[in-house]
Amino acid sequence: MAVRIEKDGAPGYALTTLESLIAWGRKYSLYPFTFATACCGIEVMGAFGTHYDLSRFGAEVVRFSPRQADVLLVAGTINYKMAPVLKRIYDQMLEPKWVISMGACACSGGFYNNYTVLQGIDKIVPVDVYIPGCPPNPEGIIDAVVRIQKIIETGAPRAADRWPIK
Amino acid sequence: MSIVLDRLRERFPADVVSTHSDFGDDTALVRRERIVEILAFLRDDPALLFDFAMDLTGVDYLGEEPRFEVVYHLYSLEKKRRVRIKVRLHEEDPVIDTAVAVWPGINWYEREAWDMYGIVFRGHPNLKRILMYEAFEGHPLRKDYPKAKRQPTIGPEE
Amino acid sequence: MAEPVDITANGGTPDLQAEPMLINIGPSHPATHATLRFQAKLDGETILDLVPEFGYLHRGFEKESEAATWTQVVPYTDRLNYVSPLMNNVGYAMAVEKLCGIEITDRCKYVRVIISELSRIIDHMVCIGTNMVDLGALTNFWYFWKPREEVYFLIEELCGQRLTTSYTRIGGAMADLPAGWTDRVLAVCRGVIPECIADVNALLTKNRIFIERTMGVGPITAKDAIALGFTGPCLRAAGVPLDLRKDEPYLVYDRFDFDIPIGEAGDTCDRYLVRMEEMRQSLRIIEQAIAQLPGGPIDIDDPRFILPSKELVYGNIEALMNHFKFIMEGVKVPAGEVYSATEAANGELGFYIVSRGGGGPYKIKVRPPCFPLFQGIPHLVKGQMIADLIATLGSVNIIAGELDR
Repeated sequence: MAVRIEKDGAPGYALTTLESLIAWGRKYSLYPFTFATACCGIEVMGAFGTHYDLSRFGAEVVRFSPRQADVLLVAGTINYKMAPVLKRIYDQMLEPKWVISMGACACSGGFYNNYTVLQGIDKIVPVDVYIPGCPPNPEGIIDAVVRIQKIIETGAPRAADRWPIK
Repeated sequence: MSIVLDRLRERFPADVVSTHSDFGDDTALVRRERIVEILAFLRDDPALLFDFAMDLTGVDYLGEEPRFEVVYHLYSLEKKRRVRIKVRLHEEDPVIDTAVAVWPGINWYEREAWDMYGIVFRGHPNLKRILMYEAFEGHPLRKDYPKAKRQPTIGPEE
Repeated sequence: MAEPVDITANGGTPDLQAEPMLINIGPSHPATHATLRFQAKLDGETILDLVPEFGYLHRGFEKESEAATWTQVVPYTDRLNYVSPLMNNVGYAMAVEKLCGIEITDRCKYVRVIISELSRIIDHMVCIGTNMVDLGALTNFWYFWKPREEVYFLIEELCGQRLTTSYTRIGGAMADLPAGWTDRVLAVCRGVIPECIADVNALLTKNRIFIERTMGVGPITAKDAIALGFTGPCLRAAGVPLDLRKDEPYLVYDRFDFDIPIGEAGDTCDRYLVRMEEMRQSLRIIEQAIAQLPGGPIDIDDPRFILPSKELVYGNIEALMNHFKFIMEGVKVPAGEVYSATEAANGELGFYIVSRGGGGPYKIKVRPPCFPLFQGIPHLVKGQMIADLIATLGSVNIIAGELDR
């Protein structure tokens, strides 16, 4: 984006492409869908809470309808009973959409390696940003949101574009 | 000897197999035939009054005979006492009468024991899976169910 | 096309009686608090029948613990009730200690009381805060999140993690209290927590909208609550003063002066009031516990249960081998079975443990306080409005982690 401001106070102008203007607008108005199932959900609440205040990054308007959300924040363990629900919610979200996988359980199953736990949500949905930790601190969530903003800003390919991984 | 176990043995001499009070927990192993009567007696007897069914679970002693055990934990609000009632069930016939009529709150515990161990509660109003999904085969907490044997509902087979 | 309804069929008076409607709520729904699901049968807005469904967070706690050593189970207990994980740690450690016949040190008992009561406060804060969000009162949630963060800083200082604490060990604790920790606890307990409780109290307790929205909503009688196996604040709200801290005093709860608040109607409003008062009583307990906190070691002096110190491990081959065996094989716990119950934030948290000797448990069954509470939800809301389901559900505080395990 190029911006010119006239010194004598005359109106300046900005040159940009439509894509980057849209990306700029999109970047600061992310609507997350918090798919919080377990312990990570408590830290998600912490991130939205007064101390960490995710709204500083323009992502505080939580939408519980997948139709209105851009970012799917999967926080917590997903088991085989829940997995079809997650897949369905992902499918219902409108393009463009991004997915954050929060915590060890969502990323890989964590230390639950048994008959019921899905070993990482990237087996069923494409994931853009992984947050490690059990559970991650709210700072981790903020970092993930900023990373999503960078993906939007730079127009970097989304995980969904590379999906499914062969 | 504890008053609870004494009362129980006095009333059901033929049904109480053994008792112990290890670690301070009064425990009675009883036969399954009159389990509902025994539980109702424990609830209603004025000296016992076990009005809370705190917990019910199955245990799988694989390799022993009988294989399964159903464990009831009861609590008496008035007497501030606890008791544990255990029933052994054979593998080929893991059936016991339901105690829903005694404590309605025991309903889901029995469903869980069915779901996890395959113990059948005869006369239960709604003996369906509770934690696992309907399509799941087998009973995951049985000792012969492999820990990581998965039955995916979605996604790639592992 | 459907047949037109003849509204005058009922002797001339309008009859708009329609078929009951089935609606599905959850498992992903803003008001179901994590992963619960209901199928409600409605007549207009009135609930005729309600079928709860859960298991969407079943993580195989019991199967995992059967494959772990006694100490390795501690992290799994964090994730049962993740709103107050320290209490689960305490409950589990007490059950194993009962089986081993260990009498922990006095200091450890006091420390466990302090961390339990801190957890109880933050648990109740989440419950009330989220319950009020469901009712449209978002401010209380923000107010309660401030002291929660303060308590999280204290917990992080104590054990290095905000949420998944894994603080207790069999026979003691992970580490002794950091220097000056109790002073900082007192500062929080005298400063920010009572202030926020007072703020929320002022916003809600005599608020007409709040009272109309909660009083008489989701009531239960004492008799029904007992039959359904309710424990904790939900039972006490129905007027039954059952609290294991008083009735079966464990740790050192018999040395403190505190009251058990009880309600009358067992409705959402009473559950709220009971929780608010319990937080104040917990503050009293913490004050007394810190005043009485004895010195001395936090771990028992028994090499069968406690890891040798680092200096010994690095300087002494026996301690090194002992350490190795300890980690690889686990603590040796005698064969037997115990049931040990503690009063967690939601009610009786019981651990039924079967050991056949050896380094790991043969069977661990958790008696989660939420389980009977969730079972009782249809009883609480039948005949009420669908909106009251949301209010009631928030007030009984269902935590999916311990409900599904």
